[in-house]
Amino acid sequence: MDNSAVFWSRALTELTLTFHIIFATLGVGVPLIILIAQYVGYKKNDEHYTLLARRVARGFTITVAVGVVTGTIIGLQLSLLWPQFMELAGQTIALPLFMETFAFFFEAIFLGIYLYTWDRFKNPKYHMLLLIPVAIGAFMSAIFITIVNAFMNAPRGFDLIGGEIVNIQPILAMFTPAMPTKVGHVLTSSFMTVAFTLAAIAAYKLLKGEDHIYHKKSLNLMMKLGLIFSIATAVVGDFSAKYLAEYQPEKLAAAEWHFETEAGADLIFFGILDGDEVKYEIRMPKVLSFLISNNFNAEVTGLNDFPEDERPPLITHYYFNIMVAIGSLMIFLAMGYVVGKWRGWQWITSRWFRWLIVLGGPLSFIAIETGWWLAEQGRQPWILYGIMRTEQGATTATGVEWLFIAFAVVYLILGIGSVVVLRRMFKNNPVSKELALRKGGEQ
Amino acid sequence: MSLEIVGIFVLWIFLFGYVIVASIDFGAGFFNAYSLLTGKNNILSKIIKRYLSPVWEITNVFLVFFFVGIVGFFPQTAYYYGTILLVPVSIALILLAIRGSYYAFESYSGLRGHKGYATAYGIAGLLIPASLSVVLAISEGGFVTMHENGPKLDYSALFTSTLAWSIVVLSLTAVLYISAVFLNWYANKAGDLKASDLMRKYALIWAIPLIVSAMGIILEMRNTNSWHYQNILDLTWLFIVSGILFIITIWLIWRKKSYGLSVVVMILQFATAFFAYGISHYPYLLYPYLTIHDSFTNESMAIALVLAFIAGLFLLIPSMYLVFKLFIFHKGYISGEDETHV
Repeated sequence: MDNSAVFWSRALTELTLTFHIIFATLGVGVPLIILIAQYVGYKKNDEHYTLLARRVARGFTITVAVGVVTGTIIGLQLSLLWPQFMELAGQTIALPLFMETFAFFFEAIFLGIYLYTWDRFKNPKYHMLLLIPVAIGAFMSAIFITIVNAFMNAPRGFDLIGGEIVNIQPILAMFTPAMPTKVGHVLTSSFMTVAFTLAAIAAYKLLKGEDHIYHKKSLNLMMKLGLIFSIATAVVGDFSAKYLAEYQPEKLAAAEWHFETEAGADLIFFGILDGDEVKYEIRMPKVLSFLISNNFNAEVTGLNDFPEDERPPLITHYYFNIMVAIGSLMIFLAMGYVVGKWRGWQWITSRWFRWLIVLGGPLSFIAIETGWWLAEQGRQPWILYGIMRTEQGATTATGVEWLFIAFAVVYLILGIGSVVVLRRMFKNNPVSKELALRKGGEQ
Repeated sequence: MSLEIVGIFVLWIFLFGYVIVASIDFGAGFFNAYSLLTGKNNILSKIIKRYLSPVWEITNVFLVFFFVGIVGFFPQTAYYYGTILLVPVSIALILLAIRGSYYAFESYSGLRGHKGYATAYGIAGLLIPASLSVVLAISEGGFVTMHENGPKLDYSALFTSTLAWSIVVLSLTAVLYISAVFLNWYANKAGDLKASDLMRKYALIWAIPLIVSAMGIILEMRNTNSWHYQNILDLTWLFIVSGILFIITIWLIWRKKSYGLSVVVMILQFATAFFAYGISHYPYLLYPYLTIHDSFTNESMAIALVLAFIAGLFLLIPSMYLVFKLFIFHKGYISGEDETHV
């Protein structure tokens, strides 16, 4: 087996997915947020919210384009870089993959219609309703593709007899134990990230002196939505940890740096590893036991109980901590804003607080990335948990390292291009100008 | 009809759908760049933009549908084609990425009309069908050898193969021809006679290399007298039907009437040739390693996929109808009277 091909296949897959999920997260979350904004605008007869929906939709055209091309890339790279895995997956998990393309099709059709029919219907309600199939298509494709990933973590729906896969049940393969928490966490964290990203934009505009009521309304709506979705994300995240303790204990043990099996296990936050010893950590006594079983004295399996060649990398600890830390920070931030707004506290309009909100946008994306790295690297050395090791699935072709470089250049161009185009799009067309233009047109 | 045949039939229909819609798209990109460079852009750009904008994403889905579907119905293709196509398909993917994103960046950012971008966009569009069509040459057999690690593609044999190059030429000319015939009709429908005249000229010009390269491929296959040529002989009549349809299209365009009908006949012409090619390829997916029978997925998955496909069609057909009604057949939209973009 050619180890460099395995290494570079993993590297290229990670590179593509890391880049793609930025746009995929936006792709899942933005349609719902546009729908909510447009609905609020319609209900309150407030054109600020309608304009918010319109501007977000305009920016969405760019991120969707990059999401579509990178999604196509990862879709084919699965077969190119992991041919033996896909051969097996084709027999067991092709159904959700296939259904994902239908969801994607459905979304693409209605998004195209939505984008090109603004003000075309006499009753604006019809145009708004077009967003429902767009949002459904976006959710469904996220759900189906996450089902495939859940299968890789908890393969079900077939029997393994003498190395042969038999008695395949496609429906059972979709509903694995990993599926509910994975799907839930992906959806809620996407909504949360998009809400905080839009809040960050509004806060930034206010900081830059564009003291327009539009930005205040946008900030307000997004922070409220952010609070709801961040709490939902944390709740589902808690279920995910409980799932791991039961079905993939070595992933949890690696992420928690929990080496010895013991009752009343401590939760370790950050720290560094010196040999087998953890230093400079924040230690919360017995919290890990409580976290996974609601019992402070429950026994937690340690990493040393697993064979050495089945242990995930220990770096996942940092991914886990970063994700959780950011998630918690965002809940506090959103709660502070919402409560402050309600009680009339002045500090929520202060510059430092608005800068924190601005920071919350990129932080949410860091949490998404680290969360996925935790989920994926935490499943090593398996590509198909307990069934197929990663090196068994990788391509036997040579030259993957050159493709890695080529794709890295492409993503760099796409990344810079999106930022430049999005900035240009909104910089030359501020809210006040667009509002004045629309009012002028109506009179 | 066995499930294998149903599976490959479904996939072949979607691949055909991709060939037609992508050809219109790729060809339009080339004509747009060409018109910019020759200063005729005010004639063509508007029409091309009007057609492409709402549908470019849908075009892409046809491709995704095909490659996901083939792994589902014929999982072993992932192993064989996945391994040997690493480089050619990666190149196509990079081109697709550049093209798809440039399109969006240009359309929505006010950069429209930049000669450099338009040229890169037009050329990328022509290279994509070229890089994807080598798969057709590979499937004929002779370019893949089996090693203990897995299958390997013989690049030098592929690059020196006249058959492979003929297929590339055919795919390029077909792209330009299909696109010109369609845009001719579309411009005419929008009442843009200048654009229509230009596209009519292009359609007639590109018809010549198209038919020459198609004939050339048949001749080359006859010289090697491969398994595939033997199968083609049995289906000669279908290729003749396709040829007659081609002549009808040219005649319709020549006398400047019924452009709508010319598009329909053109699609029928390619459909006949495409399906005749597909049938003559039976039963091989990759000669001689992979047939549709030994690579077929298990029965329960096949049934699930067919059911999902039927359910999906109930969703897609009405939605596609809506797209056609709102854009392609909507007078106010194509003539550019309604500017209703977000």
